[in-house]
Amino acid sequence: MNAIVAALAGILFALGLALSGMTQPKAVIGFLDFFGDWNPSLAFVMVGAIGAYALGRRLVLRRAAPLFDTVFHPPASAPIFTTRLIAGSAIFGIGWGLVGYCPGPSLVAFGSGAPAAFVFVGALVVGTFIERVPAIIERRAARAVAVADG
Amino acid sequence: MTNIANPLLGGLLIGASATLLLLSHGRIAGISGIIAGAFREPLAGRAFRLWFLAGLIGTGVVLGLVRPDAVGAPDLALAGVGVAGLLVGFGTRLANGCTSGHGVCGNARLSPRSLVATLTFIATGAATVLVVRLAGGAA
Repeated sequence: MNAIVAALAGILFALGLALSGMTQPKAVIGFLDFFGDWNPSLAFVMVGAIGAYALGRRLVLRRAAPLFDTVFHPPASAPIFTTRLIAGSAIFGIGWGLVGYCPGPSLVAFGSGAPAAFVFVGALVVGTFIERVPAIIERRAARAVAVADG
Repeated sequence: MTNIANPLLGGLLIGASATLLLLSHGRIAGISGIIAGAFREPLAGRAFRLWFLAGLIGTGVVLGLVRPDAVGAPDLALAGVGVAGLLVGFGTRLANGCTSGHGVCGNARLSPRSLVATLTFIATGAATVLVVRLAGGAA
């Protein structure tokens, strides 16, 4: 049941992306083409999604706990604006603007068999791991120090 | 006149999906985080991610078969697609979120961080599209 509901959420997400047209890179790039042939669709997708989730979230969070877990997992809290946040978003935006894929739609396209999506998702996973390298190195160094200290 | 019904309805579905994930597992429907966490956490903690991704990808499989026109391909050489993928993978983890995590979920709860993130990635996205267009389109 736990698994089925999680899968259902994924299915709904994909259907939402497809219905909204966000699985068409042209539509995404069209939204970002402010100075050219502007396609406002993505704005309406955001309005619908944010509106629905704002309401849904409020209702759900009245509960003490989720259905299949003991606690809610809020987003990691952080100092308001960090270099990581802004630099990361800027970098993400460049990749997004180049190809019109962000993580969600790229996975739907991956499933549909688009060769470009295979390349994109593979590279995305590599990029995800690269971001972790400093933290991994730091953790290994700390462990080495702990061992050395006996 | 652009069709706004489909984008709005599609958006409602996305919001409903995120609500469902929050209700069932108490988790944020931020796809970049779900992907990253699918590799990281111990299996017991990450099963929901694997199932969610299976639903997402599986629906793509079905769409590819019954509605191939619903899923488009980018207009860019594969080398460029690879670079874009690296930037998106790296950047979303650095920012700890993407269009679903920050754009939808974060903004829905009026998170200032998410608003800043969203405005930033839209800005650089738009700048990128402009530069590519001025450079005569990507080969």
